[in-house]
Amino acid sequence: MRTAIEKILARASGRDVSVGDIVEAEIDVYMTHDPMGALVEDALNEIGAGVKHPERVVAIQDHFVPAKDIESAILSMRLREFHRRFGFGSYYEVGRGGICHVVMPEEGHVVPGDVVVGTDSHTPTSGALGAFAVGIGATEMAAAMALGRLWFKVPPTILIRGEGSFPPLVHAKDLILKVISTIGTDGAIYKVLEFDGPAVRELEMDERFVLTNMSVEAGAKTGFISPDEVTFRYLEGRASKPPRPEYSDRGSFEEELTFDVSSLEPLVAAPHSPANVRAASEVDEEIDQAFIGSCTGGRLSDLKAAVRILRGRKVSERVRLIVIPGSRRVYREALRMGLIESLVESGAAVGPPSCGPCLGAHLGVLGPGEVGISSSNRNFRGRMGHPESRVYLASPSTVAASALTGRVTDPREVVS
Amino acid sequence: MIRGRVIKYGDDVDTDVIIPARYLKHGADPEVLRRHAMEDLDPEFPVKVRERRIIVAGRNFGYGSSREQAPLALKYAGVEVVLAESFARIFFRNAINVGLPVMEVPGISEVVEDGDEVKVDLRSGLVRVTGKGELRGTRIPDFLMEILEAGGLVPYLRRRFHAEDSPDSG
Repeated sequence: MRTAIEKILARASGRDVSVGDIVEAEIDVYMTHDPMGALVEDALNEIGAGVKHPERVVAIQDHFVPAKDIESAILSMRLREFHRRFGFGSYYEVGRGGICHVVMPEEGHVVPGDVVVGTDSHTPTSGALGAFAVGIGATEMAAAMALGRLWFKVPPTILIRGEGSFPPLVHAKDLILKVISTIGTDGAIYKVLEFDGPAVRELEMDERFVLTNMSVEAGAKTGFISPDEVTFRYLEGRASKPPRPEYSDRGSFEEELTFDVSSLEPLVAAPHSPANVRAASEVDEEIDQAFIGSCTGGRLSDLKAAVRILRGRKVSERVRLIVIPGSRRVYREALRMGLIESLVESGAAVGPPSCGPCLGAHLGVLGPGEVGISSSNRNFRGRMGHPESRVYLASPSTVAASALTGRVTDPREVVS
Repeated sequence: MIRGRVIKYGDDVDTDVIIPARYLKHGADPEVLRRHAMEDLDPEFPVKVRERRIIVAGRNFGYGSSREQAPLALKYAGVEVVLAESFARIFFRNAINVGLPVMEVPGISEVVEDGDEVKVDLRSGLVRVTGKGELRGTRIPDFLMEILEAGGLVPYLRRRFHAEDSPDSG
């Protein structure tokens, strides 16, 4: 009886493994980006080593791009030079990629069964494709690039079963907020959250990525969804290598938790924790800014959800609506479908694919005392700007509804 | 043996308050990190850390981002060890990798108060709290202790790469 993660790590380390073992696993995909690339290269230089498998490295300009000031321009240059020096397998220039966690699956860099490391804590996003994907620091990335391997403690897996069917205007974001508030911000430390059940199976990939992405907000090492027809259909025409799917055996989980999504309602995580969750309808607060974007809210399905609420209507006078498509592909498709035009008509400021204000970098940073509602994944103190600003996390439908009314709003209240 | 007085914090001290993202554009500039460590949580931190170099905290210390600048900021500010009920996993690995000692000590946030004096033996996991007795921490695994004692993963690997003829073997 083994979990999918144990099977993937057994394959990658060439030995039998069980929970608690420390193994050295071969890395299939390495991801780094502009805020960390320079630190990785500095560490490699100090170690005095090269990159063992440059063809497996994906470098993406996404955090502080297009460069917002001289310091970020230098970080961007450093990533570009790092790529030129070693000839990475893939490099995404400003405007030609997007947010790393949107681009990695979208451009086919990850297939089921892969061991993926990235210098970003939301690397588990790709776990929705049935991969083992974890976030690591810059020094550790240098070590992994130099050696081709990295140590892992084989984690136990908690199964999250979604029963029932999602009601209208209720999203994967609402389910993951419910999970985080139930198990807590450290409920899954050193563990894997695997998602299954009919409610998860009915989700398209865009929404599944939100579940694995935000597993880390419950402390998880990674999130995982075993591949099915939806996964394989998504991979068609993208994946450049054959998948090696693994599935958890029945009874291999440390714990199983069931959530009935049929009774789920639109939720928000109130300041300053993703676990501080309540019903959107119960919150009475005016907002200054609404943000639709990031690696949990900037995919095509998110923009469609926003337009479904906002089409033909204007956002509240008191609110700035910031919309940032997660990637070039999302942007182009949204343009083709008329979504961008519709959002601009409604009063949105549309920015180029980037992490933008999610981490308070640029393109919509909050001022002192301001309140934002955001489709992103973190609302820590000061995360989106001034330490005295406050952020609610919500689904794209709830963010759009709130932009319309100027206060935190249950989207069901604005749709007839 | 690390010995000194404690600065105490609560649960879920996240990476974004340890070092806010607005400073990440400076890479890992030690001066920037030192100056802004803990800024959004505790503006008095730079004053406190001059006298007290041990942080004690509750659950899930280092929650959030993979930014290595978080443990680096504490290290550059002069912190000698972080003792917490539990750590976020990326922060824990990053701390060892940059040479900042960290240890899980179950029960510590119940016993230790701000300003208490503690003695920490990382090898044995023993934490002695002056006037309050002893606590037992989770010993750091030997291979991580080696990294820590080398001063971090970079010096550890530099030694390994330059000691072996064929670093890529195995």
